[in-house]
Amino acid sequence: MTDVVITGRGIISPAGRGVDAAWQGVLSAVSAAAPHPEFTTDDTPVTLACMAPEFDPDAEFGRGTSRRLDRYTHLAMVAGSEALADAGLLAPPSEGADNPGFGGGLVDGVERDRVGVLLGSGIGGAQTWASEYPNYIEKGPRRVSPMFIPKMLSNTAAGVISMRSGARGPNMTVNTACAAGASAMHIGRDLIRSGQADLVIAGGVEAGITGLAMSAFSQMGALTKNDDPSSASRPFDVDRDGFVMGEGAAVVILESIEHAERRGATIFGRLVGAGASADAHHMTAPPEDGGGAILAMQRALHDAGFDPADIDHINAHGTSTPLNDKTEAYAVRQVFGDHRPALASTKGVTGHLLGAAGAVEAIFSLQAIATDTVPATANTQTIDPEIDADVVIGEPRPMPVRAVMSNSFGFGGQNASLVFTA
Amino acid sequence: MAHDIMATFTEILIEDFDIPADEVTRDATFEGLGLDSLDVVDLTLALEEKTGITLEDDELEEVVTVGDAVDLADGKQE
Repeated sequence: MTDVVITGRGIISPAGRGVDAAWQGVLSAVSAAAPHPEFTTDDTPVTLACMAPEFDPDAEFGRGTSRRLDRYTHLAMVAGSEALADAGLLAPPSEGADNPGFGGGLVDGVERDRVGVLLGSGIGGAQTWASEYPNYIEKGPRRVSPMFIPKMLSNTAAGVISMRSGARGPNMTVNTACAAGASAMHIGRDLIRSGQADLVIAGGVEAGITGLAMSAFSQMGALTKNDDPSSASRPFDVDRDGFVMGEGAAVVILESIEHAERRGATIFGRLVGAGASADAHHMTAPPEDGGGAILAMQRALHDAGFDPADIDHINAHGTSTPLNDKTEAYAVRQVFGDHRPALASTKGVTGHLLGAAGAVEAIFSLQAIATDTVPATANTQTIDPEIDADVVIGEPRPMPVRAVMSNSFGFGGQNASLVFTA
Repeated sequence: MAHDIMATFTEILIEDFDIPADEVTRDATFEGLGLDSLDVVDLTLALEEKTGITLEDDELEEVVTVGDAVDLADGKQE
């Protein structure tokens, strides 16, 4: 089977926009959490959120385009555009063409029919639901926007990336809730391995910060009640009490090594292992024995042909909820035994990006390898004594990072683990 | 007071649809301005929001140019 390499990266996350800025944001270990202006003036029970850096979709994509699309698609376009440019895959804009961010689409020499798009999203156009439903209730069925369906559908972002780039290969959106970004990369890689595509534009996106979603996650007890940004999201800390909602997108270009070498592409890393599983247990809680998380990690190692000792660092799911962090650390211990990979959660900085989490963390995993640095888990002061793992806190840890496992676990008990190397 | 429908359409087309002002004329076709059928429905909802004038789906089937839509809406003003 062909090796699948990463030849492009794009990210807009609470830690920053662009790979370098986002990685610096993660290394700074300063949380991006801030009071959300919309929720400080109403009764929304939790006000902290990790927002993507401000950007103006009207200015970047044109008002005519941006108003037809939900914020989640705007974020996917920003990350997708950066990833394609990073991979050297965008042709210069042709004269008179209006395709901001995507130039003249895919370059010559790339077979467009063999370029796929695989995105993950947990919710899709959440803000469109939130803004349109009151129109229906208050003004009636005849005042519902005809744009509602295309804006809110969770596959729109993947569709728009194909329209903008000209990619006509397999095009899908996968939903495994908070594992969706990782699942998209898993399936995208397999499309290349099975010969159905040369290249896949793969990633995850979420823009779910709405009063409705914040209230609902809060009612579940999933969000932290701590309103201090410097301690709200603190994965693996003894005082953790829930996650902070985040938003953003990350996209990578997955490519067969033969294709990448033929066109002289820069190789930023390899996706060598992927594992997926289900807990078959509970809608929101993981099983105490680590169930599906263990299976996902073991399958990813097996897929890579690796022993546990080959993994230097784990970018944990580490949401900062009491249950996730305890169970994940337990599952890691079951898989890795006395080998203790440097475990870090970048959610201390970014909050939890739900369906985009696995994708932004894939980029942070690649950066850890590229820089031989494991980021510190921001905000975490005292590691929960029930957690038996080498959790990196305080300062980033310089160390050889040859292989990284990135974990993502979704509601519904859907789990994904990826393994990256240089 | 009667609404200036042409002015209202022009404002919506410029601000919401990003159409250059000099392209918005009575003779311009919606297709030529880059609006598809969903956009035209969206445009009429914006008109309704601003003026209270409702254009029905079956009436829109006959509408090709901006002028057609203006005349249709004008015909509904008391």
